[in-house]
Amino acid sequence: MLGSYRAEILKLRKRSAVWVLFGAGLVLSLIFGYLLPYLGYATGDDNPQTDGVPRAEILRGMLPERVVDNTIGGYPIFAGALALVLGAIVIGGEYTWGTLKTILTQRPRRGTILGAQFLALGTMIALWVLGIFAACALCSVGIAAAENGSTSWPGVGDLLQGLAGGWLVLMMWCLAGAVLAVAFRNVALPIGLGVVWILGIETLLAGVVSSLLPSLKWLANALPGTNAGSLVFSVTGMAAGDAPPGVRDAVGGGRALLTLIAYCAVFAVLAAWTTRRRDVT
Amino acid sequence: MDALVEVSGLTKRYGGTLAVDGVDLTVLPGEVYGFLGPNGAGKTTTLRILTGLIAPTSGNVRVLGGRPGDAGVLGRTGSMIESPAFYPYLSGLDNLRLLAEYAGVSRQRIDEVLELVDLTDRAKDRFSTYSLGMKQRLGVAAALLKDPELVILDEPTNGLDPAGMRDMRRLIRELGTEGRTVLLSSHLLGEVQQICDRVGIINAGRMVAEHNVDELRGEQELVVRAIPREDAQRLLTRFGSVHQYDDTLRVQVDPAKAAEVNRALVEAGIDVSELHTAERALEDIFFELTTAKEKTDVG
Repeated sequence: MLGSYRAEILKLRKRSAVWVLFGAGLVLSLIFGYLLPYLGYATGDDNPQTDGVPRAEILRGMLPERVVDNTIGGYPIFAGALALVLGAIVIGGEYTWGTLKTILTQRPRRGTILGAQFLALGTMIALWVLGIFAACALCSVGIAAAENGSTSWPGVGDLLQGLAGGWLVLMMWCLAGAVLAVAFRNVALPIGLGVVWILGIETLLAGVVSSLLPSLKWLANALPGTNAGSLVFSVTGMAAGDAPPGVRDAVGGGRALLTLIAYCAVFAVLAAWTTRRRDVT
Repeated sequence: MDALVEVSGLTKRYGGTLAVDGVDLTVLPGEVYGFLGPNGAGKTTTLRILTGLIAPTSGNVRVLGGRPGDAGVLGRTGSMIESPAFYPYLSGLDNLRLLAEYAGVSRQRIDEVLELVDLTDRAKDRFSTYSLGMKQRLGVAAALLKDPELVILDEPTNGLDPAGMRDMRRLIRELGTEGRTVLLSSHLLGEVQQICDRVGIINAGRMVAEHNVDELRGEQELVVRAIPREDAQRLLTRFGSVHQYDDTLRVQVDPAKAAEVNRALVEAGIDVSELHTAERALEDIFFELTTAKEKTDVG
């Protein structure tokens, strides 16, 4: 297992697409977490008639005490889509390049290889989370120093809880991309379907259910994006009004956590079952 | 001698298509076995079953005493199935490094196999920049990485230039003389004739013959060009069966009787312009066998 894991890490480490996706997630987090709010803070005024958000409140959102919000606030939708793409290209690439037959004719069993791939993806997702956190932390410290803001940090427990929650959200989407890639033995179709689901269909479904079919609210509350947004909401200090897209208090944090773990388990088991049973042609 | 590969009654069906139909095949230790057949005959499907990539619909398959795809069996088998498939963004060296990680093979062995296939100089270049021949050689290097007892190569000379084909055949022949067992598929009859000890011929999913190459080529023949041909043909039937091939006659007779045959023809007033021994080419046998099988199927 260790050898397979090292091999998977080597593949991920040397694949430029993995770092491009990470870079995109990092840049989006910094733009929406710090650059745009800072521009608003620097150029805005306190007149409620112009933008409605006091400058002090904008500044508070960029200080170290809100670093977890800015690190994982975009995970349910935007970074989630990037994680789905990661899962799809890593697993789907084995089919499109035909390398699956090459690695399956080495020594390890199919389940071991897939397990090593998931473990390596989990490691890469953890690096993404830590990398984005480090960049957000640096930005928040810089802004606090420049604007004489508070440099108090969230407690270690809150920090770990937030980062772990963010990791779980990204891992769930990454496994969704992986299981779609196994199902379609492809890269493009899983990415297309997955991204359309994350960015469009879930939001549309939630909207239709809340306005036209309130009796189906249980169904909307069981969807992966809803639970990802709820988990992020529960581990950050956001108010419902200023939460980024996809982050909302649809279900409680405990339920969201269990639902996401269940999704991860279902995706992993489905991928393993299919990979073990299917012919590699 | 226990066979390294034992296949009996192997069948693989894809929906309504029978890709492999009751194949029996035996590969003995230390031999180079040629698995010969035209494109689409079922060679690659059979090899995929032997490496555990696909499951048979029915039949018994034992490889190195175990089930295909078992970790113990895969650890002692090196294979290249169809075209060589590697990660295009990695170098040849990195591709072998990661395969070595999967298989638990030392770094030193990577250098050895790169040397063996003459890729050391280009090892650090990306796989995507390799020529078809280099990709093929990297595929063989990967197959040899585990220092395997059994090497399964699916059309290993595909895409190679003449010099590359010659080197590859020499390498495969050396693998056989080193005591390894090689199962090689090919649609090139000359290739199989040159490097294999035994050959199995598959056509339309069915094995039509499995023999030693020499055995399959059968008795040697005498080639006779003589005029008048009809008189010569009538006379030659005294020595053995005669068939016409282009404008010559082929007589299945011990070549040691060539002088006796010549004397008989001359004494009968027949002009002999050519008389020599000839071995039946595997190509002739292949077409005889596959055509006969097709005729049987139609009939």
